[in-house]
Parts: sequence; C-alpha cells; structure tokens
Amino acid sequence: MAGALNPSYFVVLSAALFTIGIYGALSKKNAIAVLISIELMLGAVNINLVAFNKYFTPEAFSGQIFAIFVITVAAVEVGLGLALIIALCRRRNTTALDDLDWLKW
Amino acid sequence: MKQLQGCADMENSLELIAFFLLAGSLLTGALMVVTLKNLVNSVLSLIVVFFSLAGIFILLNADFLAAVQVLVYAGGVCIMLVFGVMLVQRKDMRESNPVNRRFLIAAPLTGALFLLIGLVAAKSPWVKEAGEVPENTIEHLAPILLRDYVIPFEAVAILLTVALTGVLLLVKEVKDNGRSS
Amino acid sequence: MIEFALNYAWLVPLLPVLSFLTIVFLTRPWARLSSAVAIGAMLGSFLLASSLAWGVFTNPAFIEEPLHYSLRWLGMEGFTVNAGILIDPASAMMLFMVSLVALLVQIYSTGYMKGDPHYSLFFAYLSLFAASMLGLVISSNLLQMFIFWELVGLCSYLLIGFYTYKVSAREAAKKAFITTRIGDFGMLLGILFLQIQFNTLDLLELAAVIPNFAQLGVSLGLLTLIAILFFLGPVAKSGQFPLHVWLPDAMEGPTPVSALIHAATMVVAGVYLVGRMLFLFVEVPGSLTVVAFIGAFTALFAATIAVTQREIKRILAYSTVSQLGYMMLALGVGSLSASLFHLWTHAFFKALMFLAAGSVLHALHNKADVWEMGGLIRKMPITGWTFVVGGLAIAGIPPFAGFWSKDEILLVTWEYARHGHALGYLFFAFAALTAFLTAFYIWRLIFLVFFGPEKANDHVHESPLSMTLPLLVLAVLSGVAGLIGTPWTNLWSTWIHFGDAHSGEPAYLLMLLSVVLALAGIGLAFILYCKDQDKQAARSLAKKYPALYNLSYRKYYIDEAYTWFTRKIVDGGAKVIYLFDIYLVDGVVNGLAALTKGSGQGLKYLQTGKLQTYALIFFLAVLVLTVAFNLDSANALAHLGGVK
Repeated sequence: MAGALNPSYFVVLSAALFTIGIYGALSKKNAIAVLISIELMLGAVNINLVAFNKYFTPEAFSGQIFAIFVITVAAVEVGLGLALIIALCRRRNTTALDDLDWLKW
Repeated sequence: MKQLQGCADMENSLELIAFFLLAGSLLTGALMVVTLKNLVNSVLSLIVVFFSLAGIFILLNADFLAAVQVLVYAGGVCIMLVFGVMLVQRKDMRESNPVNRRFLIAAPLTGALFLLIGLVAAKSPWVKEAGEVPENTIEHLAPILLRDYVIPFEAVAILLTVALTGVLLLVKEVKDNGRSS
Repeated sequence: MIEFALNYAWLVPLLPVLSFLTIVFLTRPWARLSSAVAIGAMLGSFLLASSLAWGVFTNPAFIEEPLHYSLRWLGMEGFTVNAGILIDPASAMMLFMVSLVALLVQIYSTGYMKGDPHYSLFFAYLSLFAASMLGLVISSNLLQMFIFWELVGLCSYLLIGFYTYKVSAREAAKKAFITTRIGDFGMLLGILFLQIQFNTLDLLELAAVIPNFAQLGVSLGLLTLIAILFFLGPVAKSGQFPLHVWLPDAMEGPTPVSALIHAATMVVAGVYLVGRMLFLFVEVPGSLTVVAFIGAFTALFAATIAVTQREIKRILAYSTVSQLGYMMLALGVGSLSASLFHLWTHAFFKALMFLAAGSVLHALHNKADVWEMGGLIRKMPITGWTFVVGGLAIAGIPPFAGFWSKDEILLVTWEYARHGHALGYLFFAFAALTAFLTAFYIWRLIFLVFFGPEKANDHVHESPLSMTLPLLVLAVLSGVAGLIGTPWTNLWSTWIHFGDAHSGEPAYLLMLLSVVLALAGIGLAFILYCKDQDKQAARSLAKKYPALYNLSYRKYYIDEAYTWFTRKIVDGGAKVIYLFDIYLVDGVVNGLAALTKGSGQGLKYLQTGKLQTYALIFFLAVLVLTVAFNLDSANALAHLGGVK
C-alpha cells in the first residue's frame, strides 16, 4: 500500500525546503532576504528532526527537544541578524550583501 | 477487525492528503519567499510557510512544537522581520528584493543538491522503530527538558539574555524596534 | 713512591690540569701565587714522572711488558672505548722529559714573563699544555690520544697567539691551528678506519691484531691508505714538509712557549705517535719509505732554509723542523730507539737554545735580527756559554748529547741502506749533508750573536737567576743526556726498541764522518762569520748567488705558493661555487619564493569578501565531493538507485 506516510516523504520535503533556502541565501541581494532564507533552512532541519523523532525515537523525544532549541536559537539569530543589518544600514546606508566586501584582498 | 483496518486505511489516506496539502502550501510559500520581488510580500509568504510548517509538525505528533512554531515564528519572528524591513527599506518596496547574478549558478546547484538528497532519501531503506509518539507531548517534554536537558536549557536562556543585551547595544539609538523574544 | 707512581700514573697529567683550573677560577688575580701554583703542580708531576720512569727503567718486566690499565669510558652495541694508561719505556721517557722541560720552562717564565698583564693566564695555558701532552703520552687508546692531541693543538693556538694585540701573533696562531687541522683530519679518518676495520682503538690490541690484517679481511691497499692518512697528523703536528709552514711562524708566541712547543711537547707528539703506531707502519713497507723520505727531505730542506734566516728564533725553528726530519727518518728506517733517542736529546738542547735565545731577546728588548747582535758573550756569560753547549750538542760534537743520537740515526740509516734499500743511500746522503748544514747554521748564529765585535747594545745585562737556572740545568743535560745511549753501553736501545733490541757495533768510521762534518760546518761558520770581521765573504756569497740565497731566504717560496694556491685556486673555486650558489641555489629558492608570491598575488582575487560567493563555492564543493566520493565507491549512485 502506497498510502502510509514514511520518513522519505518528510526527508524529501525537508530537502526541497532546504535547497530552496540555499537558493535564496545564495542569490538574494538583500540581507533581510538572506536572513529569511536561512530561516527556511532551519525550518527544513526542524522537519527532519521531528520526523525522525516520530519514526525512530518516539518515546525519547530527542528530536523535538532539539527542534525546540533550534527554534530558540533561530529566534536569537534573527534578532541579532536584524540588529546587525540595521546597524550596518545606519552606517553604510545599504542592505545589499555584495556591498559588504571590506574583508577582501 | 476489517473495519479497524479500513479505519487505519482511512486515517492513512487522510494523513497523506493532509501531508500533500501542507507540503504544497509549504513549498509554494517557500518558493514565493525566494522569488517575489517585493520584500514585504516575501515576508508575508514566510508566514504561510511557518503555518504550514506548524501543520507538518502536528502531522508528526508534535503539537507543542507546532504551537511554539506559530507563537515564535509566525508571531514573533515575522513581525520582527516586518519591522526590520520597514526600518531598513525606506524607499519604494517594489524592487526591494532583487536577485543577483549568482542565481545562474545557484539555481542549478540547488536543483542538483535537491536531486541528490531526494534520491538518497527516497531510496534509503528506513527501519522504523516500534511504538507511537504519545498524545499530549508537552507532559512528556517538560520533564525531559527540565531534567535531562536542564543545562542546555539554561545555556539557551543565557544565550537569549546575552543576545538581547547585544542587540540593544547594536541598535542603541533606536529604542523601540520591536524586540519581542 | 715508585709503586705509588706506577699505580697513579694518571696523576701526572692531572696535576697540571688542576693547576690550570685553580689558576683560571681562583688565583688569577694574584700573579705570583698563580705561577707558584703552576710550578708546584708541575714539580709534583715531575717528581711522580721521574719516580715512575725510574720504576720502569729499573724493572726489566716493564720494558718487555707495558704497564696497562684501563676502564670503560663509553660504549654501545659493538663499540667500546676504554680510557686508560699505557706505560712502557717510551712513554715513561716522554713523561720524564716533558714534565722536566715543562717545569724548567715554567721556572724560566717567571722571569721572562714578569710584568706581563696576562701573567697568570700564561701559566694556566702552560699548565694545560703540559697536561695535554702528558695525557697524550700515557694514553692507551687512540681516541683518548686524539683528544689530547687536539688539546695540545688548542693550547698551541692559545699560546702562539698569546700576544693578542699583535696581528702577526694572531695570524700565526690561526696558521698553526689550521695547518695542523689539515693533518688532524687525516689522522681522524685513519682512526675511524682502524675502528671500522679492526673494531678496537686500544693500542695494545691494535698491535696484536694489525699484523694479522690479511686474516681479518683487510687488504694491503686499505692498510696503506690508513697508514698514510694516519701519517698526515704527525706530518702537520711535527712540522714535516709540506705542512711545516706553521712552525716558524709559531715563533710569534712568547719564547718559553717556543721552547715548550718546539722542544718537548707539540712537535714531538707526531714523532711519538708514529713511534707508537710503528706496528701499523711496518706492515706496509711503502708507507715506511714515505715516512723516511719525508723525514730525510724535511731535514735537508729545513736546514738549507735555516742557513740564511736572520731572525734568531726563526733559525731555531727551522732547525727544529730539520731535527724532527731526522726523527722521522729514523722511524722510517724502522728504528724506534734511534728516533726517540734523538727526540730525548733534542728536547734538552733545543729547549736550552730556545730559552737562551729568549734570554737574549729579553736583554735586547726583542730585537731579533742576528746581524744586529754581536759579542754578547761578554755581557751575558751564562746565556752565551750555555748556548754554546747547545750548539755543540746539536752540531754533534762528542761527547755532547746530540752527537750520540745523531750518530745513531746515521748508523741505522746506513744499515738500512746496506740491507738492500737503494733509497737508503739517498737518505744517508741527506742526513749527512744535514749534519753539516746544522753545524754550520747553528754556529753561524752563535758567532754572529755571541762573538765578534759588540754592537750598540747599551743596557744589555745577564738575565735573572730564574732564567739562567733552567739554562744551566739544560746545559748539563745537553752535555750528559746522550751518555745513556753510547754505542758501547747502549742502555737506551735495551730500554726502548721496536722489535728486537738493536745494538749495533760501534761504527767508528761513521762517527768520524759525523765529527768531521760537524767540525767542517763549524769551521766554515767560523771562517765566514767570526774570523771575517766584516762578513765580506758571506755577503759576497749572497750577492754572487742571489737566486740560491733568495730561494733559501724566502723559504723556497712555500708560503707564497700556499698563498697563491689559496688566493687563486681556492678563492677561484670558491668564486665558482659562490656563483653557483647565488644563481642556482638561490635562484631555486628565490624562484620558489617568487612562485609563492606570484600565485598568492593571483589567488588573492578569490578572496572577494562576498559572503555569498563563499557559500556558493562551499555548496558546490559539497555537491562535487559527494558525487565524486560516491562515484568513486564503485558507482554508488547507480547502486543507490537500485536499492529497494
């Protein structure tokens, strides 16, 4: 029976979300957009964690616990990232990542 | 017995349908996030993504996580992002989310990566563990989180404090930038 | 006392070492105390050495069977070195002679070096020098001996360059050190070869195994090579041609040092070493011939140079080279006893002459040209007459010491020639001619310096007792030291010999020849330099044969040849290598550096500073690596595709 959900569904879904996130992170000019893309990638990770929690360690809850931590850290990251972007924007008047290349040769 | 079997079949099909619906909205939302030209629209589609994600979590018997997802992401992060966008992007929003030339390489690259991971994932023989995730996950999560994982828990708490302080320091001139977490 | 001396022979070199350390670390600020310490230690050492020598020479057992004790010094798997003491008559004689001369020289130095700012240090060096030489003499092991050998070289360097403010002294010290270094290198190679081939460096063990070299799988050619390499050390140390050049320059040191170096210690170390290793050389007849030839040639060669030199110490220096040639010649013709006999007598009369020359220089405030001296015997009677005794001894007038030993050498050379060695006649001719020349140049020196009209030397006076006392002692010894080796009662050759004890019949004809040659030399010197007040004949001779005169006066241009060699050949070669280094070696290194720099210059543009580019490359790499590794493991992708 093709019906029952199995981990492959979720892994493939997570892969799709993750690669979309990569695409966004690589190709967006705006720093906030890149931040958003990274959130997508973290979401993909959470799907994996929760799916594996369900299918492989249903009683131990490790996956969900990790997902909670990921969400927390992701929130912190967004907060900090935004603060950095705002600070940068204030000083340099730009949010385009390609303009932030002072660490080159 | 047969009725029970049918019931399980029914449940499976429902789950499947739910999954595809949620996955569809999730991926559509995600694609919109990365393709839309308007940054505000992108953020709005991100909310769709987060809600779909919460749905997926419910599908995976993680109702507490789904709630957290909605509260933190859809509620907190997205609002924060909207505020961020508005603080940064003062001009016209229409071309606020452009794509750079790197997408020419990034698009096929990510496609190939997806194919690779998808292929591996689809063809992997998963061995399922017996047992089910209990209902009411929060009752089970709480003791684990506060007993076995208490040190990471506290560390994350400190991290949050530090981040909050750091963020305040970074954007000192602006007092009310909608810090919520 | 004798028992004690035999059992504690290692105290003989140890005492001067202790005095060296005491002076350097404790008593250096107090000059008189330092010299007292040095002389006291040396006296103790001399008393020990003389009772030891007495014990050895009165006990026939030690003459046949050397006293030998040693203990393990260092070792590892398959390689052990023992350090020890080897006392046989030869080393006992050397111990006695070295400690005696060193003692006399130290006493003499208290007068000669008086007022020198580095007076204490001088005595410290003298002590170390004596200690090194005494240690060398009693070493039972070649490696041990080599260490002392090098210590002797070091001390000679320190002492020759003692007047560090004089450029010429510094240069001479360097010259001595480097020249002897050349020989030491060969000697070290020889020692290493011996260790590799025979697996021992102990002298007695080597003496036992080397005659059986063929059974041990050592070819004659290799043994010859070892012998020749080994001989290089003595050639350099004993000032044999062509490495004699350092020795005359070594006169830059204080005169007591010259006496010590040239009479008793450093230069005879080479002779002693060859004597010790004679068991190696006799196995290789060719190498002995080389030794004899170099000895004979050096004897004549140096004598011809000494004939025209003007500096008093330089004449004596070439005389030393010449006499060392005699000793080598005697070794080369296979007579250890004749060689060491001459070493023994030479030590006394040469030390005497050097110290007397020092006394003269002391009185004349270091005016060294013999042509500017004259008639000194009236003002310095002790110095003058002791020098005359030395002159008689070296010229070979009986019954002075030099006569007996020189006669012995002539005798063994003659016998060597008569036993079917055609070259022996040549050696004999060389030796005889050298005897004549020796008498001539020494008496030329004596007549010029001590006789004839007085030159304008105002404040010349006899040296103090501390300097004349050693002269008197040495003069007595120069007179009588040869009497233990007369052809009639040849005690010497029953004591010190290699192989069977040699006791030839007294060869009266040879004695007569030797005396006639000596008298002829003295007579010629008298005619040219004493009777002829203005030295017209001598000057006109020099004018008449300028080429010969210059050849001799300029020391056969050996130094110039070496200078030319180092300037042109060595420097030229160095220049080629320098260019090679600059352009090829440095070129490679600089090229590599330039390559690194250039590639860095090029590659730095990868560092765009654009974060997303880095991430792009990162993910590209992830993809590529994943695919590559999976393709690598036997088409894993296809395999993955087939998994169900």
